[in-house]
Amino acid sequence: MEQAKKMNMKEKYNAMTGDLAWDFSYKTEAEIFPLSDFEGIKIEDWSKWQDPFRLTMDAYWKYQGEKERKLYAVIDAFGQNNAHLGVTDARYINALKIFLTAVTPLEYGAHRGFAMTGRAFPGVGAQVASQMQSIDELRHAQTQLHTISQYNKYFDGLHDPFHMFDRVWYLSVPKSYFEDALSAGPFEFITAISFSFEYVLTNLLFMPFMSGAAYNGDMATVNFGFSAQSDESRHMTLGLEVIKFMLEQHPDNLPIIQRWIDKYFWRGYRLLGIVGMMMDYMLPKRVMSWKEGWEMYFEQNGKMLFDDLARYGITMPKFWEQSVEEKEHLTHQLWLTFYSYGHAAAFHTWIPDDSELDWLSEKYPNTFDKYYRPRLVYLREQEKLGKRFYNPSLPQLCQTCQIPMVYTDPKNPTKRVYRETIYNGDRFHFCSDACKEIFEHEPEKMSQAWLPPHQIFQGNCGGATIPDVLKHYHFTENDGGEFLHSRDNANWNLWKGLTPDEEAA
Amino acid sequence: MSEKMVFLALQDNEDARPIREAIEADNPLAVITQFPGVYKIDAPGRLVINRESVEERIGRAWNPQDIHLSLVTLSGNIDETEDYFALERT
Amino acid sequence: MQVDIKSLSIKPLRNTFDQVARFTGSEKSASRYLEATIGVQPEINFHYQPLWSKNRSIYDKDNTVIVMNDWYRLLDPRQYYYGAWTIARSKQQDAAERNFSFVEKRNMLASLPTDLREKIISVFVPIRHMEYAANLNNTYMSAYGYGVSITQAASMCAMDRLGIAQYITRIGLMLDGNSGDALKTSKAAWQNNPAWQPIRQLTENMLTTQDWFELFVAQNLVLDGLMYPLMYQSFSDLTSVSGQTSFAMMTEFMSEWFDEHVRWVDSVIKVAAAESDSNNVQIGKWIQKWLPQILQALQPLAQEALGEAAQAGLDAAVAQLSARTTKSGIN
Repeated sequence: MEQAKKMNMKEKYNAMTGDLAWDFSYKTEAEIFPLSDFEGIKIEDWSKWQDPFRLTMDAYWKYQGEKERKLYAVIDAFGQNNAHLGVTDARYINALKIFLTAVTPLEYGAHRGFAMTGRAFPGVGAQVASQMQSIDELRHAQTQLHTISQYNKYFDGLHDPFHMFDRVWYLSVPKSYFEDALSAGPFEFITAISFSFEYVLTNLLFMPFMSGAAYNGDMATVNFGFSAQSDESRHMTLGLEVIKFMLEQHPDNLPIIQRWIDKYFWRGYRLLGIVGMMMDYMLPKRVMSWKEGWEMYFEQNGKMLFDDLARYGITMPKFWEQSVEEKEHLTHQLWLTFYSYGHAAAFHTWIPDDSELDWLSEKYPNTFDKYYRPRLVYLREQEKLGKRFYNPSLPQLCQTCQIPMVYTDPKNPTKRVYRETIYNGDRFHFCSDACKEIFEHEPEKMSQAWLPPHQIFQGNCGGATIPDVLKHYHFTENDGGEFLHSRDNANWNLWKGLTPDEEAA
Repeated sequence: MSEKMVFLALQDNEDARPIREAIEADNPLAVITQFPGVYKIDAPGRLVINRESVEERIGRAWNPQDIHLSLVTLSGNIDETEDYFALERT
Repeated sequence: MQVDIKSLSIKPLRNTFDQVARFTGSEKSASRYLEATIGVQPEINFHYQPLWSKNRSIYDKDNTVIVMNDWYRLLDPRQYYYGAWTIARSKQQDAAERNFSFVEKRNMLASLPTDLREKIISVFVPIRHMEYAANLNNTYMSAYGYGVSITQAASMCAMDRLGIAQYITRIGLMLDGNSGDALKTSKAAWQNNPAWQPIRQLTENMLTTQDWFELFVAQNLVLDGLMYPLMYQSFSDLTSVSGQTSFAMMTEFMSEWFDEHVRWVDSVIKVAAAESDSNNVQIGKWIQKWLPQILQALQPLAQEALGEAAQAGLDAAVAQLSARTTKSGIN
C-alpha cells in the first residue's frame, strides 16, 4: 500500500458529510429540494458551508451518551431521595410549571422544525447541522419531561402540559411564536430559531433559569439545564454560521434576513418577558434581575454579536431601543397581569414578601417604588381582608405577540400602548409599534392567529363561562389562584413540618 | 471597554476544573466570574484552551472536542483544531 | 432545615402525566419511554397556514393516506427515547471503535487480496451515498410524519443512517490509507458505473416520494430489507471465504443495527396493517409497487458483488423479506 497521506480534520469531515452527496441526474435538484428557493434567499455554492464543530456521528454518540448517563444518574437519585423537598420553597415550583407548559413544547417544536430544514436545505453541511440540532431538541424536551416528572407527582399544575399548550390563553404566546417560524420556509425558520432565538436570546432563558434553579436547591433542573446548554453552544454557533453563510452567498439576501432578524428578535423578546417575570418574582432566592440579565446578555453581549455582522450590513434589530426602555417596567406589569388572572392560570401567583419587595426596589430604583410597589402592597392588604383580587373579564390580546395589552409607554408609564390597523375591513390591535409593523408586513399570515379570547367568545373553548373554559383546559381547582391558599402550599407545610404562620412570616 | 470581548461558561464540576485551570494559565487577561453551578470566563479578543495544557493537568490524552461535556455557553467565533479550541472576536 | 422523611407520609398526588394515563388507561407510574413520547406533539389550534403548503397544517394526519385512530399506537418496541437511544449507540460505537483499531493496528487491510479490495471499493463503499439518501428519507418522515412514536424513531433512524454512511466512509479511507482515492473511485462508480445506475435512479425517485408512510415502506422495509441481507450477509460471507475477517469486523455495527431496525420496522407495519383492511391493502400495494423495481435495480449490483452467487443472494433476501411481511400480517 502506498504511503498514507493523513487528511486533516476539515478534509476528513468533508469526506464524512459533503462528499456523501452526488450530482443528481434522474431527478432535478428542484424536485428533490423543492422548498429551497421560495423565500427568495439565493445560495450559489452550498459547499462553502462551514461547520465549526465538525462532529461526526461516532463522536456525537460518545459525548451525548456520556452526558445522558450522567444526567439520568442524577434524575434517578432525585426520585429516590424525595429531592423535591430540597427546593427553597414551594413557590419555586411555579417557575417549573411555566417551564414545562411553555418551554418544553417549544423544544419539541424545534425538534420538528430542524427536521424540516434538515430535509429542505440542498447542502449536506446544513442538513447535518440541522438534523443534529433536531435530535438534540428532542433530547431537551424529553430530559425536561423526565426531570419534571418527579415534581408532577407531588405538585399541581404540571399534570397535562401538552393539552394545555394547544389551548390555554397565555400559552398561545410561545405557541404562536414558534408556529410563526414553523409555518415559514426553511431559511426563515433557521434565522428565527438558530439566530434570533438561540444565538441572541437563549442565554437569557437558560443562564438565569438554571442558575436560579441551582440557587433554589433544584439540582435536577440544574442538571438538565446545564446538560442541555452544552448542546445549545453548538446551536448558537450554528445560528451565527448560518447567518454569515447566507449573507456571504448573495447581497440580495441582506434585506430579507434583516427583516427576519427584526421580527424574531422582537417576538422572542416579548416571549422572554415571561422568563423575566420568573426571575424577578418567582424565584424565592434571586440570581439577577431581568434588568441586569437584559443588560448583560443583550445590551452588552448582544451588541457584540451584531458588531460581528456589521461588515455584512446587518444592523441591530429594529426596536431594540424599545426593549431597553421597557426593562424597568416589563416584569412588574406582567406579574400584575398574571396575578389578576391567577384564577385562569395553571400556576400560582402571590405578592412578594417585604424583603422581596425591598430587593425589587433596589434593582429597579427608577420605577418600582414609584409605580409598582404601592399597587402590590395594596393587593396584599386586600388579600388579607379576604378580598383577593381577580379580574373577571377576558384580556384583550395583541394580535402579533398575543400578550395581553398591558404594556405602557415607558415615557408615560401609566398610559397603556394601543396600536391598531385595518386589514380586509377588520380592525386589529397591537401592544407596540413593533408588533404592528410585523403584522403590516405580513397581514395575510398574521391575521390568521388563533387568539384565545376570540375563540372563547366564538364558543370554541368548552363554553361561555370561565369554569367551562378552565375545564376545557383540563385545569383542576388546585392548579391556579393564590399561592397562600393553594394545595401546594398546604402540602409543603405539612411535608416540611411548618405551620402556615411560619411559612407566611 | 473598547476591546471586543468573548466568553464561555463551563459547568462547575470536576471535569471542567482542569479546563478552567488551563484557561487561567494560558489566558492572563481572562476574568472568571462564579455563578451558582456555573462559571463565566470573559476575555478580550481571544480565549484559547490548549490541548497540551489540559493534558498536563490530567496526565492523559484530551481531545478539544471533549469540551462538549462541560460547555454551557459561549460567545465569539470558533476556531478549533486538533490542538486547541479558541474563541475570537476581532 | 432537616426533614426526617421516615416520620412523614409523603404520598404522591399522581403517578404520571395525564396524557400518559389517558393513553395507557392506567393511573400507575409509567415508563420513561411513554412519558417522553405520548402526546408531546401539538395537534390543534394552529395559528398560521404554512407558507410551504396551501392545504396542510404544520402537523397533519393527511400527509399520508394511511389512517390511524391513534398515531401513538405505532410504538417503538425498542422503547427508544433520546437517552436510551444515544446510550445504546454510544456502546455500539465503542465496540465499532475497538474493531476499527484492531483492524488498523494489525494492518489487516494490507493482506486483503487486490481483487477483493477493489470489489469492496466498487460495490460496497458507494453504499455511503444510499445511506445518505436513507438519512434524508427518514428525516422527511420525522419532519412530516404524525405522532412522536413514529417521528422520533424516524429521527433516530436518520441519524443512524448518517452514522452508517460515515462508518462506510471510514472503511473507504482505511482502504486507501486516508488519501481519499477509494472514495473518489467509489463515487465515480455510483455516479457513472452502469451496475449502479438503476439503483441510483431508484434512490433519486425515492427522494421525491411525497407520502411519508409510503417512503417508510419503500426505504425502511423493502430497500433495506433487501440491501442489508445482500451486503452484510451474502457479500460479507464472500469476503470472509478466504479467511479475511476485516470486512465483517468493520461492518459489525451495521449488521447488529439491522437486526434492531427490523424489529422497529416490522412492528410499525404490523400495527398499521392491523388497524384496518384499507391500511393493510395500501401497505401491500406499496410493497407490490416498490419490490419489483428495487429487485430489478439490485440485479446488476448483485451480479458484480456476488458473481455466480448473485441469484441465490437475491432469492435469500427476498425470502427473508417476504417472511417478515407475512409475519406482520400483510395480505
